Amino acid sequence: MTPLGPPEISAPSFALCLLLILLIPCASAGLALINAGLGRFRNAAHSMTSALCVIAVAAAAYFFVGAAWQGYAGQPAYALHAAGRDWNWIGAQRFFLRGVESGGAASLAALFGLLGAGLAAIIPLGSGADRWRLGSSCASTALLAAVTYPIFAHWVWGGGWLAQLGFVDSGGASAVQAVGGLTALSITWILGPRRGKFSSEGMPAALPGHNAVLVLMGCFLAWLGWLGLNGAGAILFTGTEMARVVLVAVNTTLAASSAALVAAAITRARFGKTDASLSANGWVAGLVAVSAGCAVIRPAAAVIVGMIAGALVVYSVEWLELRLGVDDPGGSVSVHAVAGVWGLIAVGPLAALTPGGAPGLWLAQLTGIATLLGFVLPLSYGLNWLLNRLSPQRVPVEGERQGLDLYELGAGAYPDFLTHNDDFWQR
Amino acid sequence: MLLVAGWMLVLAALGLLPSGPSQTSFVLVALAVEALGLTFVFRSHLISGRDRK
Repeated sequence: MTPLGPPEISAPSFALCLLLILLIPCASAGLALINAGLGRFRNAAHSMTSALCVIAVAAAAYFFVGAAWQGYAGQPAYALHAAGRDWNWIGAQRFFLRGVESGGAASLAALFGLLGAGLAAIIPLGSGADRWRLGSSCASTALLAAVTYPIFAHWVWGGGWLAQLGFVDSGGASAVQAVGGLTALSITWILGPRRGKFSSEGMPAALPGHNAVLVLMGCFLAWLGWLGLNGAGAILFTGTEMARVVLVAVNTTLAASSAALVAAAITRARFGKTDASLSANGWVAGLVAVSAGCAVIRPAAAVIVGMIAGALVVYSVEWLELRLGVDDPGGSVSVHAVAGVWGLIAVGPLAALTPGGAPGLWLAQLTGIATLLGFVLPLSYGLNWLLNRLSPQRVPVEGERQGLDLYELGAGAYPDFLTHNDDFWQR
Repeated sequence: MLLVAGWMLVLAALGLLPSGPSQTSFVLVALAVEALGLTFVFRSHLISGRDRK
């Protein structure tokens, strides 16, 4: 496979890209609010504290080793020679982010990676809500930001073997969202469902989120963050010109809007009333799905991507809970893994890179999805399983009953609220 | 193990087969193997969850 060189970035593109990257923390803040709002009130402060801590741990782990292993196209990397080809598999940059001060596209990619690691780390907090220890979530994040995320991000964005195949993911539908979503799936399996979630016959009980306003406010913040994420990613990793960043922003907004509308329409048609949390999940699913091809698809295609993502997330949330016994309070698996994979598939037929689509792109996208399922999921599950063997990741029964705010932080988010225990006991 | 095996099949197809329909078919079959693996993982967790109860 042909080694990839670094893309050329002009001075105005550099400035625009930096500005867009600085919006990415809004996406993290949005997801943190969504996770807190979809959890129970007695865990709200714990949820936000966990979000802040995992961002800090992700930044540290990425600084120590992650950035060196992720690298950037055209930078030093290790390659395996097999079957007559060089398979670029891991970055070989210096540890502790040395070299970032030299400026240029590589330094922007390092900043993007640093913030992307934090964003990916927040995603599993939604699936582990109400029962995941703060210390364990930090330890799990360290492994995610130091190992899983940088290796896969190198393959996609660092000139790795997937990038050499022609794999397209401008804004991180795979490297950030699907990696975070599959880690969330591992966490739900390892932690098990919340107490009282399933009856002894396996029927799930509704444990609604405590604050829909936080969830919907999170959607607005996430929108802003995704405009930055997709715009900067398109410039850095797809070589998009400045003028086409407008198209990226249009596609991002259209996909989120159509996904939210479809999710709202489906819930209204099925349940008689629009479901706020599923509509919010639909909004974020649209943002996630369009991340993959935001720089290479047309606006009409972005609407299709969003509509299907919105429908997928509603049915996926239901399927995971009712049929597969997965307790995912934040809908992280459906929103980030399922919608992320859909976005990657959609790039194949919908990409406007070449008229009529590019046949090789199909193969590259399918290979990327196979790598997510065959490498990222087992690695993430294995690392978290080992961590759980060393120290149980789930809080004890008393912690769940009391609420993680009081149990782990010593103070609640809403001290004037009355506590109701009736949603805790096993039905 | 089926998840990892499916991924290995994809890598083998990329390394050993010439570009074309046969390579794409092989990758699709490997994805089917992964889907089977994913089904088994979900089922095993569903059953172990019921056992815990």
